[in-house]
Amino acid sequence: MIEVQHLTKRYGRVTAVEDVSFRVERGEILGFLGPNGAGKTTTMRILTGFMPATEGKAIVAGFDVFDQPIEAKRRTGYLPETPPLYPDMTVAEYLTFVAKIKGVAPGDRAKRVKTVMERTRVADMANRACGKLSKGYKQRVGLAQALIHNPDVLILDEPTAGLDPKQIIETRELIKELAGNHTIVLSTHILPEVSQTCQRVVIIAKGKVVAVDTPANLVDRLSGSSTMYVQVDPLGADASGALKRIAGVTRVVEADRHEGAVGYEVESERGHDIRRQLAQAVVGGGWGLLELRPMRLSLEEIFLSLTTDETAAAAAGVAGVDQVAGVDVPPVEGDSAHA
Amino acid sequence: MRNIFAIAEKELKSYFASPIGYIYVGLFALLYGFFYYTMLAYFVRQGMQMSQFGGGAQPMNINQDMLRPALQNVTVLVLFILPMVTMRTYSEEKRSGTMELLLTSPLTDFQIIMGKFLGAMGLYSVGLLVSLIHVGILFVYGSPEWKPILTAYLGLELMGGCFISVGLFISSLTKNQIVSGMLTFGVFLLLWIINWIGSFGGPTLESVTNYLSIIEHFDDFGKGIIDTTHLVYYISFITFGLFLTAKSVDSERWRG
Repeated sequence: MIEVQHLTKRYGRVTAVEDVSFRVERGEILGFLGPNGAGKTTTMRILTGFMPATEGKAIVAGFDVFDQPIEAKRRTGYLPETPPLYPDMTVAEYLTFVAKIKGVAPGDRAKRVKTVMERTRVADMANRACGKLSKGYKQRVGLAQALIHNPDVLILDEPTAGLDPKQIIETRELIKELAGNHTIVLSTHILPEVSQTCQRVVIIAKGKVVAVDTPANLVDRLSGSSTMYVQVDPLGADASGALKRIAGVTRVVEADRHEGAVGYEVESERGHDIRRQLAQAVVGGGWGLLELRPMRLSLEEIFLSLTTDETAAAAAGVAGVDQVAGVDVPPVEGDSAHA
Repeated sequence: MRNIFAIAEKELKSYFASPIGYIYVGLFALLYGFFYYTMLAYFVRQGMQMSQFGGGAQPMNINQDMLRPALQNVTVLVLFILPMVTMRTYSEEKRSGTMELLLTSPLTDFQIIMGKFLGAMGLYSVGLLVSLIHVGILFVYGSPEWKPILTAYLGLELMGGCFISVGLFISSLTKNQIVSGMLTFGVFLLLWIINWIGSFGGPTLESVTNYLSIIEHFDDFGKGIIDTTHLVYYISFITFGLFLTAKSVDSERWRG
């Protein structure tokens, strides 16, 4: 549905987006994740035809956004970072105007306006001027605007920004409902949002794609079983020596200690499952095994490691995702994990 | 075409949803009313003097001696209050982010520009409509010729179009409405006084600056003459202004 190939955008000497490639299948929700200034908005603006790319190609709903912009725009709904509202118009007037310029047939306009107002729960404000709405309502009117012509593709730049927790949940639900009939690309820097709404994630940092995968695979790929947390009651003895002797263990760090119980973080080589040996070592030493669990990196930590330190990401086996991100390989599962 | 009208309608509505439309029409009516009154008073006094002294001078003509100078003063009015109309056309859309809506909608740049142009022309024409009331009064109490009035209004529309196309272009250059308004006013003023500059620089320069002056070209329309020179001048001026606007919007897109 959306195919982006080697997209590059330069502003003078500054490169905002460099060689970005990815692809979104019909009915899928793709999350665009990255710190502020990573190039999310630029990429989205290129996809919506707001600005042309310096190099590369983008095909939306079967139409090249550079060669056939009108056709592509007809099939795209876009919610920019700030909802593009006319403060003097009422919500209903505004949506009717957008319906007109998006090419909704005159006979269908009233019906479409009503439908999207109900979908986005703004019907109660239909006759209020857009400029007088609260931030949450503005955001939802912006979403209504993007839906008005029932586009195949929805591009949402931070759709939940400025909403309260209840509205965030409602908006996420709405976005999930919309997937299936619509192909959705949404950007965010809120991580739980990605794991809750998106089927796949593109992580972008400094204008480059650093990873493309499902949220679950990303967590797996970077953390796996490499670090275990084990809490021991060593009855006054030091257990770390015994833990270090286990085959495959690279490092043992004392993490915490209270009331006789000592917690250790045990790092092992990737691919070695050392849980049994750990338990045996502790029990064999005559100590009390209070807790044993794998330490999973949260999506936050993965995100940070990917976006702040490229070498860490490379070491963790995420290097080479360019191939995964490329259009030649079906970018479905993280096949380069544990490579 | 439908898209152009959708934008024009939105523009015109937005003028009247904010105070701008009312202030524009109100100021226009007030200032034009003042010009009209002084011209008419002068004309009446002159007429009474003539009849007292038993003529002798050339006969008086309401079109030539009263209406023409009054309508010519509209050009001055336009100079001062039209920047208020055009300064926001693009600046406001850029500042509030609605430009993103327009540029990602299935519209061509041409449709957006024409829509905005026609919207501003619409408001300008509403102002001119108000001045028609005054002209109507003349028809009630006198018998002016209607044909020169018609050509004068045609001239006014064309001249307004020139100013508006320049205003659109300047508005497309900046996000800041104040900057846009000031620049527009400055450029209008320059276009208005350009033939003064020429009068210092010898006959060649004078004929060039006279040709460039928007106001000079209005003169013949006021007299009831439709000269193709002036028509061509106005229409090419408007086209050029809109062309510059199109280029400015397009280059903005590339620069981001």
